[in-house]
Amino acid sequence: MTPAQPLVELRDITKRFGDVEVLHHVSFQLFAGEVHALVGENGAGKSTLVKILAGVYAPDSGSILLDGEPVILHNPSQAQRLGFAVIHQQPSLFPDLDVAENIYMGRQPLGRFGRVDWGLMYRETNALLQRLDAHFDARTPVRSLSIADQQLIEIAKALSMETRLLVMDEPTAALSAREVEDLFAIVRQLRAQGVAILFISHRFEEIFDIADRVTVLRDGAHILTKPVGELTQAETVSAMVGREMSALFPKQEAAIGSVILEVRGLTRAGEFRDVSFQVRQGEILGFAGLVGAGRTEVARAVFGITQPEAGTILLGGQEVHFSSPTEAMRHRIAYVPEDRYQHGLVREFPIVSNVTLPIWQSLSNWLGIIDQRRERAIATDYYNRLRIRATGIGQLAQSLSGGNQQKVVIAKWLATNPRVLILDEPTRGIDIGAKAEVHRLISQLATEGMAIIMISSELPEVLAMSDRILAMHEGRVTGEFNRNEADQERVMFAAMGQVTDGH
Amino acid sequence: MDTETTVNTHVTSKASSRGLARMVARVGQIRELGLLAVLGVVVAFVGVQEPRFLALSNIEQILQSIAIIAIVAVGETLVILSRNVDLSVGSIVGLSAFASADLLKGNPSLNLWLVFFFGCLLGAVLGAINGVLISYAGIPSIVVTLGTLNIYRGIDFAIAQGSQVNAYDVPESFLSIAANRILGIPLLIGVAAVIAIVASYLLRFSRQGRQVYAIGSNPDAAEIIGIRKARIVFSTFLLSGLLSGLAGVLWASRFALVDSHAASGLELLVIAAVVVGGVNINGGTGSILGAMLGTIILGTIQSGLEILRFSPFWLQAIYGAAILIAVTLDAVITRRVGRLLTERRLR
Repeated sequence: MTPAQPLVELRDITKRFGDVEVLHHVSFQLFAGEVHALVGENGAGKSTLVKILAGVYAPDSGSILLDGEPVILHNPSQAQRLGFAVIHQQPSLFPDLDVAENIYMGRQPLGRFGRVDWGLMYRETNALLQRLDAHFDARTPVRSLSIADQQLIEIAKALSMETRLLVMDEPTAALSAREVEDLFAIVRQLRAQGVAILFISHRFEEIFDIADRVTVLRDGAHILTKPVGELTQAETVSAMVGREMSALFPKQEAAIGSVILEVRGLTRAGEFRDVSFQVRQGEILGFAGLVGAGRTEVARAVFGITQPEAGTILLGGQEVHFSSPTEAMRHRIAYVPEDRYQHGLVREFPIVSNVTLPIWQSLSNWLGIIDQRRERAIATDYYNRLRIRATGIGQLAQSLSGGNQQKVVIAKWLATNPRVLILDEPTRGIDIGAKAEVHRLISQLATEGMAIIMISSELPEVLAMSDRILAMHEGRVTGEFNRNEADQERVMFAAMGQVTDGH
Repeated sequence: MDTETTVNTHVTSKASSRGLARMVARVGQIRELGLLAVLGVVVAFVGVQEPRFLALSNIEQILQSIAIIAIVAVGETLVILSRNVDLSVGSIVGLSAFASADLLKGNPSLNLWLVFFFGCLLGAVLGAINGVLISYAGIPSIVVTLGTLNIYRGIDFAIAQGSQVNAYDVPESFLSIAANRILGIPLLIGVAAVIAIVASYLLRFSRQGRQVYAIGSNPDAAEIIGIRKARIVFSTFLLSGLLSGLAGVLWASRFALVDSHAASGLELLVIAAVVVGGVNINGGTGSILGAMLGTIILGTIQSGLEILRFSPFWLQAIYGAAILIAVTLDAVITRRVGRLLTERRLR
């Protein structure tokens, strides 16, 4: 059925950011009238590929062919002119302007003397919105619309151009089931009109529902492209995760003691539901799942940043309620957030002040004056134990490498002397060598008797480091595995929403 | 497919959304209507106590006195709409005023059109310097224009060296420009009105004008869809400088006596007028009409306070209060409307 000539062909696309190669000789073809699913783990290079097709990034090597002719996408407007429409993960709209202007910005219909023809623009927008069965009209300010409606505007925008390739980067992430159905109806309509659709999703049901062919990316490399009928979910998963496990994770065996933290039926509407787990002394509990699965939200609730609506938290067998992180810290829980800049690190401070930030009260006298000798002693201790590489504890945090910044953040929380340490994506954005250091550190802390919860979207990391693994999908626990029964396929299945019984 | 139900739901939902849109449009106008109401209150209040205030000649006097601010405010509105600010306009007006008056003093026979061309060009160059630093060197506009505010004023001091240009130094024909009338309308007011109308038209009906709003509303999205942000922002600063340069020549013509302190602090009056006029200081919303009404309100308040013989000390405090009241009102209305819309949508 597929025509001989592909509409768009990617040939040997390679993209590097600094030393990191995020796309490695990726080649595949997109045909007119097909829905092509692009899948891969977080960090597989999907978003980079989308941005290349959108004209935001230029590939370092390789070429893009349209109708067999090579094209170079210098900028987004040129990509648009060639018929490449991209719906980014976050709708990129203008909240202060109305729907019509959001659709036609930069290419408004012009009347005589190059005057924007508002009447025509509103009529055309309303015609488009009618086609999409939208419940708002062209003059509605975008500020007042929901995410689903905003997505609809992005689709209307694609329809208003002569779109030949429509790229949708996780368009369903923020939509309800009904809204997804409506979206798919439109996608099928576009397919029937001969538009090629590149569809990125983490949900298998959706992929197997709507896609004609599937391409899997892993670590920036093209793994396979196959018609959806020739693939099973299991095959797709193993293609996604089939990474060789590296010897980078030196997990030491720790003596596992009694239960320190127990969570029962924790629920917070819109974030997570009925989450239960235990962590023991000396144990590393890995939280596997895709970005947005609700793992961070659970951690925030345990740490008292948000309040759960139902469920209980037991610490050492005692029920506790934390109305603020300060209370959680007083009970010796520490949370190292994912975004070290936003929540963890004061970049303008030296290492020493960063480390002692959460405990300055215990270091200061009644006048609030900090005992600098003790402060330096504590900071130096962690500096040595964590093997932070810098010119000394006086070096400013902003001039450290990502891995060393992460160690400073961890040191800061260790200074509070926690019993339970929650680490959210502890190795994101740091290089391989520093990663191994952080892993060694986590493992060492466990042997010292700390209970550790490690949230990570990197499956090999979770598998290698954890004594037990909890998989979450869309706010629910979808699997729990012991170290010896966990493998990539089983955990990935659970993280993709296929409930399995791990026990 | 069940066509009938689809059509039906469509009609009802469309009707309600159209009503909603109309309501929003109405509220959007209220800000300008509200400004008119404020103006009415001020005029009535002063007029009752001092009927002379309502005389046509006095109204003309007020409009004359704010015309120059209005011209600068048009440029400032463009800049603020794109989520930037131009603090250097007062210094550009001052430098242009002194330089053009000084030029004429040295060459009294110079064609007056050339003097205006010179002032506009000087302003455009100074504005372009701002624009290059902001758009292409990526320095925040508040920092750049705070710097150039001082640099441009410093250049003014350096070339003036404490001297001033007096009325007798320049040709009578130059001084009479500001007092001229065309079709019975004082030239200054006419020029300001034409500039405001042209700018309004361009903001509404040119693609570039709409892109100014887009950039102010969401700069990142603007770039993703391929709007040339740097170029547009550069243009707003260029225009702001050009209009300030023109305003400088008019200033010299109107006040006859120009020293290097001319138009000091004007930028604050201008920004106040624009913000009072409902232009969002974070960009994306507002109109030239609003900015002009803001200018007229502040000018009317000033004149009213003078005519009622208020202590000039009060003037500054009332300016401050007017700005705060306007901005607070703006925030409250925006929040109210937002809540109203959400409630309607949820229902």
